[in-house]
Formats: sequence, C-alpha cells, structure tokens
Amino acid sequence: MSAPSGKQTTLLQEWVLEAQTFTIFSFKSILNFFRRPFYLRETFEQMDIIGVGSLSIASLTAFFTGAVLALQTSNTLSSFGAVGYTGQLVSVSLVRELGPVLTAVVVAGRVGSGIASELGSMLISEQINAMRTLGTDPIKKLVTPRIVACTTMVPVLTVTADLVGIMGGFVVAYFFLGISPSLYLTSAYDRLTYTDFVYGLAKPPVFGFLIAIVGCYSGLSTYGGTEGVGRSTTQSVVSSMVLIFISNFFITRILLVIL
Amino acid sequence: MINMTDNAHNHLPAIELKNVYKYYDETAVLKDISFTVGRGETKIILGGSGSGKSTILKLIIGLEQADQGEIWVEGKNITQYGESHLMKIRKRIGMVFQEGALFDSLSVADNVAFRLNEQGELDEDEIMEVVKKTLGFVNLEEAIDKMPAELSGGMSRRAAIARALVGTPKIMLYDEPTAGLDPITARTINELVIKLRDLEGVSSIFVTHRLNDAYTLARERLSFIEEEDVENSRLRFQEDISGINRINTRFIMLRDGKIIFEGSDQSLRQSHDQYIQKFLS
Repeated sequence: MSAPSGKQTTLLQEWVLEAQTFTIFSFKSILNFFRRPFYLRETFEQMDIIGVGSLSIASLTAFFTGAVLALQTSNTLSSFGAVGYTGQLVSVSLVRELGPVLTAVVVAGRVGSGIASELGSMLISEQINAMRTLGTDPIKKLVTPRIVACTTMVPVLTVTADLVGIMGGFVVAYFFLGISPSLYLTSAYDRLTYTDFVYGLAKPPVFGFLIAIVGCYSGLSTYGGTEGVGRSTTQSVVSSMVLIFISNFFITRILLVIL
Repeated sequence: MINMTDNAHNHLPAIELKNVYKYYDETAVLKDISFTVGRGETKIILGGSGSGKSTILKLIIGLEQADQGEIWVEGKNITQYGESHLMKIRKRIGMVFQEGALFDSLSVADNVAFRLNEQGELDEDEIMEVVKKTLGFVNLEEAIDKMPAELSGGMSRRAAIARALVGTPKIMLYDEPTAGLDPITARTINELVIKLRDLEGVSSIFVTHRLNDAYTLARERLSFIEEEDVENSRLRFQEDISGINRINTRFIMLRDGKIIFEGSDQSLRQSHDQYIQKFLS
C-alpha cells in the first residue's frame, strides 16, 4: 500500500514542479516584452516565418473547410427550402469558430513543432549554453520574439483564413449548388454581426501565445539527444492542440457571459 | 589608485574552487573539488567519460550551480550569483564547447561577431575588422562567409575558438576541443591553445581525455627564434627547455568526480596510482 502511495506523491510532485516551471517560464517571457534589448529584427524574421510561411497551408485548409461546409449544409438547408442561407451558415461558422480553431491547429502543427525542434536541437548541441556564455539571455533572444510573432500573426492568418473559407463556400455554392453569387455573398456578409467578429478575433491571439509558449517550453526542456527532440516536437503539438481546444471552450464561455 | 587596485586584482588567482560538490538527482558527480588556476596558468583536466570534467567548466562559467562549496573567478565569489551578475563575469571568460556549438543559422562571420552584435557598442565596420582579425589568429579567414554546416570538424572548432576569443577574455575554458579530430587537425587546435597561453597570457582550463594533446600543451612553447638573417626570425613551437611549462601547465586527474592527482606532467607519469597508470598506458 505504502509503495504505490509514495509513487503517486512523486508523480504529483513532478506534475506540480512542471506546472510551476512552465508558469515561471511564461512569466519571464512576458516580462521580457518590456525589457531591453527588444530584438526587433528577430521578431520580424519570426513574423515572416510564422505568418507568411503558414499563409498557404492555412488558406488551403480554410478554402476546403468552407467548401465542405457549403456542401454539407446545403443538403440540410434544401430540405427546408433555405439553400439561400448557405452563405450565412458558412460565414458565421468560419468567423466565430472554425476559422480561429482550424488556423490555430494548422499553425500548431507547422510552427509549434518547428519551434520545439529548432530550440530542442539548439539545446542538445549546446548552442543555448554557448549563447549564455556569450552574454545573451536565450529567453529574450529566442523565446520572446517567437511569442510576439505568433501572437500577432495567428490573428492575421485567421482573418485571411475566414475570407478564403468564405470564398471556398462561394465556389461550391456557385458551381455545384447553383446559388447566385450575389445571394451567397449578401447572406454571408449581412448576417455577420459585431459579436461574431469579437468571438473570431478574441481567440486567435490567445491561441498564438499558447502555441509559441508551449513550443518554446517543449524545445528548451528537451533531454536525451535526437530522440528527445522528436519527443519534444510531438509533445509540443499535442499539448498546444489540447490547450487550444480547452481555452476555446473557456473563452467562448466567458464571451457568452460578457456579450 | 586605479593601478594599485588592478595590481592587487592581478595577484588573485584566475579561478579557485573550494570544496565543491555537485549532485544530479541523488548522485554526486563532483566530490570535494578544490584547485586553483593562477594567472596565465593552463590547467589540464584528465579523466574518463562521466568523471565530471565538463561539469567543472559549466560551474565556473555559471551554466550550472554548485550544491556545496565556493567558486571564485578573478577574486569574486560567483557561487550564488544570479544570471544578470553572471553575464558580467562571462564577458571575461571564453568557452569552447565539445562540438564547437556554432549557431547553425549564422555564418562564421556572424558567429564570431555574435558577442559584439549583442553588445551593440561598435558599428558594422568595426565589428567586421575585429572578426577578420580574430579569424586571422585562428587561420580561418577563408571561411568567413561559410555556414557552420559547410565547415570541417577542425574548422568548426577553430571558428568556435575565434568566437570565444572576441572581447579578449582573460580566461579560456576548453571542453574537449580536439574530440573526434584527426591528429593533424588536433595539433592545430593545441597550437592555438599554446599561442594563447604564451603570447596572450590567458589563464585556461583544458579538459581532455587525449593524452597526446595534454603532453603537447605541457611540453611545447611558442618561442621567438632569432636567426642571423632577421627575415627568418619568427615564432616557432618547440620543446620547452626553460622549465616555464612545469610551472604554468599543470595536470589534474579526475576519477568518479574526485581529484586523484594534481601536479606536473612528470609527476603524473611517475605516479604509482593504478588508475593513473592504466589511464596513461
């Protein structure tokens, strides 16, 4: 009896220690937003890598998601004689929910894993230690620019994905469902409200921050050589996706109360 | 007044470890380590894999903290220093890592210029001048625009030494800089270490398990050989006949985290300790 309980305590202690380390790490990274040097060049480089680099994959995902939404919903709507509402359904679904979440998932897969593997490789090849011996704080130089870039670029990618997704729905609505372009676009645009935009824009910065902080933390806690880099990369993607879905629920809940 | 302070400062040892212990989990990797590295002295730390050699270097430069004991660098007790204070100490120390640890995404020039770019005190032209001069010191001018992936093992170690030398550190820490190199390339690295010791008076710790490297450092000096024809007079590496190396190049042997020997290369070879004899054979 005593042995298992001892093991449980150790696991709990490990979990608490991990949570504590992650919190301190996040806090330090946020504090660095206001401390010199600001590493603007690195931040813009990361914005290019994260933002421009993810544009095609985020757009592709959104386009086909919008297209599938139009195909699926039109079937149901036609039984009520309401095919004309396809545009509205596609745009509201994308702007409120699917755009932010799908974009975040794509960025977590592409960027979060990249950050974790890059920093993990730097750690095991002692480049992080070398940076410290040369008088540079790796959190300031490597982590903060990635957080700033990811937090600002995920919202931009989300807005782009929303627009491209609506266009995906438009293509299906026009070419496959025979809905007139003006009807689709009017219904897609007119029915969007201020609240929809608040929902759609409040989430992406949080998702972006989570992706970057989890990626950096996983990368900088790598151990065990190249195998460890693989483990950190997987852990980064899984953890950030789980955090995206959980935080999405809580943000939605909070916004439902506020708005 | 300033000169007097500087002189007093110069008499303090470059590095001093007093009864240092380091634990990983429950295991002690360093036990009661005490030694001193004087100004201009080179301390060669020998020992098998996992004996704690690299950990000593990491403690001195503050990458890790000692669990017990004291670490003094240039007269300052850095044992309890936080990261911001350590940054100031690190400006006076250069470290060469086992595999070089060059930044993959930066060219050789940018790697060497890293410290200066971060400090932001010099303009681009001045930084480039320092980079060229430092790369010239390690005979690597031709690789200035290359990326680390394009360098051979020896070149990347020399680039790493150049990077560590920027800012003219008074202390150099070498963590197995010749590991995995062929004897000829290893020789060029050893010559650089000798050059820094004999020309620049840099205090250093050279961690290795390669006896050839250790003996080269202990036996050879860089001397100015005067010839009748002045043009032929130049610096040459030759066997130390002055006996200076016996004073400024000393050995430490580690075994399972403990110092089992400290002294000159001669006394090392004369040691009756079975482990040392086995290591030397």
